[in-house]
Amino acid sequence: MNDPMIRLEGVTKRYPGQDKPAVEHIDLDIPEGEIVIFVGPSGCGKTTLMKMINRLIEPTSGRIFMEGKDVTRVNPDHLRRRIGYVIQQIGLFPHMTIRDNIATVPKMLGWDGARTDARVDELLDLVGLDAAVFRSRYPKQLSGGQRQRVGVARALAVDPPVMLMDEPFGAIDPITRDRLQNEFLRLQAEIGKTIVFVTHDIDEAIKMGDRIAILRDGATIAQYDTPKHILSAPADDFVADFVGSGASLKRLNLSRVRDVELTFWPTAAVGTDRAEVRSVLRASDKGAVLLLDGNDRPVRWVTARDIDRTDVPLEQAGLEPEAIVEPQATLQDALNLMLDSSHGAAVVVDGNGTYLGAVDFATVAHAVQAMRREAREQLRAAAEGSSHPGEVAAS
Amino acid sequence: MIVGVSFWEYLTDQSDRIFELTIEHAQIVLISVGIAVVFGVGLGMLTYRTERPRIAILAVTGVFITIPSLALFSLLLSPLGLGTKPAVVALVMYALLPIVRNTITGLREVDPAIVESAQGMGMGRWRRLTRIELPLAWPIIITGIRVSTQILVGIAAIAAVINGPGLGKDIFRALARVGTPTAVNQALAAVLGIVALGLLLDLAYLLVGRLTTSRGVRE
Repeated sequence: MNDPMIRLEGVTKRYPGQDKPAVEHIDLDIPEGEIVIFVGPSGCGKTTLMKMINRLIEPTSGRIFMEGKDVTRVNPDHLRRRIGYVIQQIGLFPHMTIRDNIATVPKMLGWDGARTDARVDELLDLVGLDAAVFRSRYPKQLSGGQRQRVGVARALAVDPPVMLMDEPFGAIDPITRDRLQNEFLRLQAEIGKTIVFVTHDIDEAIKMGDRIAILRDGATIAQYDTPKHILSAPADDFVADFVGSGASLKRLNLSRVRDVELTFWPTAAVGTDRAEVRSVLRASDKGAVLLLDGNDRPVRWVTARDIDRTDVPLEQAGLEPEAIVEPQATLQDALNLMLDSSHGAAVVVDGNGTYLGAVDFATVAHAVQAMRREAREQLRAAAEGSSHPGEVAAS
Repeated sequence: MIVGVSFWEYLTDQSDRIFELTIEHAQIVLISVGIAVVFGVGLGMLTYRTERPRIAILAVTGVFITIPSLALFSLLLSPLGLGTKPAVVALVMYALLPIVRNTITGLREVDPAIVESAQGMGMGRWRRLTRIELPLAWPIIITGIRVSTQILVGIAAIAAVINGPGLGKDIFRALARVGTPTAVNQALAAVLGIVALGLLLDLAYLLVGRLTTSRGVRE
């Protein structure tokens, strides 16, 4: 492994008047380009630990390195301008337009107006907001999900190598949260930042993290490892307890739609005549045909009965495909949508909405079996002592 | 009604003079408010984060406002003499409390998450205060300034007792000749001038408040 992007060395935080330190002697390497999650019960010191990286909280002792340089003594404001920061409440400035919010750090770094404007538009586009519409709006005119995206855009303004995110999806309703998480993962695949992400939600940690540090009281590290290893080989009872029951179900959060083999449902272009659609359906073992528009985007599921209905055009018969996922969605997302869908299948599309295939129950069951097999093999290997899964700190 | 008619005559006859006194009145009020804003907002900014100085400054400015105006003007007579100077000093003292208090309240009501995110982005103390906290506290601060102005428009009349400028002059003149036919007219005209000035300034504050508050935080 290369030099870590961030290295914590014996980082400790003591508050006066408290006999136990809030954070006690943490050593931790955070590799470049990964999402590292700090997760643990409330009061375990995970947020304190994160805030010591941008020195919103000054460590009592220990040193912090960023890109190999000790940043424990540099000017904290200059340090923070190189570290994106997103908090749960997002903290957009209500009296500034979206443009000015995003331009906060560029302005401090003395960028000129034209460069800043171009960057603001680029970022809004990156987080999926129409720049022409949103740049001159105020935060109060935005929905929670839109504000969250602006918060991310603002943190990315000067393309900092590191981002700190403190429960960034915590204050958002579960459905929007799922979507934003997926969007964020897709964004991260593009930008490859080093991200430290704090959450109390182990499911979120498993879904979002390349690595997870499970912290217990006093921010001591119970286990620091990949989600896969934590699920299949928890370091101790505390970790096993914290991960909780339903580890197989949680593993669904580890596999993404793009990692499994898609099934192919019969498709037909909008405008194909009924007889031909019927023969396509008959030729397959499925119960419905997916109609695609001129850009191969899914329009309708049609069944044999819909084909027989002649009172409406075929593309208005049948049901709209509501269960639609993108390749970076987790199998858990896909499964959730599938359970509510009419044909037991989630349609997979790419970022432009083009049809790629489908995920159905058979796909999921197959993936779960494969993961269980893999986990068993790893456990066996670990038991034989031939290898140890990841670095297991403390315990 | 005879009084009514003669008051109307008095008003048209003396309009230049009343207008001049009203301008004087407005000037001394606005100058005093201006000075009080500089000190009041400054003191608020210095003390809103620290408990003891905050309590102290609110207590002191609170005491100022309880001193009877006639007494305060008289007390300032010996160190500062007669005229505009002691009048302004007294008026500034009266104007401080609403401004200081609203500055402190406004700054303390800014959402800590907003301040933290500003700090987390590398905004230093001063920049945070001037770019984030003060603009967000501004609607509350300007309300304090507006209240102070209203108070001063009334109290400034008493400044005439130490030869201060403004409409108070006519009130004290009327007092000196109670019983004469012009006394009532004179006092009435001055009071009307003060009330009109109060309304006008209040209106002006509404307008200024609207123009200086970001669209993002307006109701």
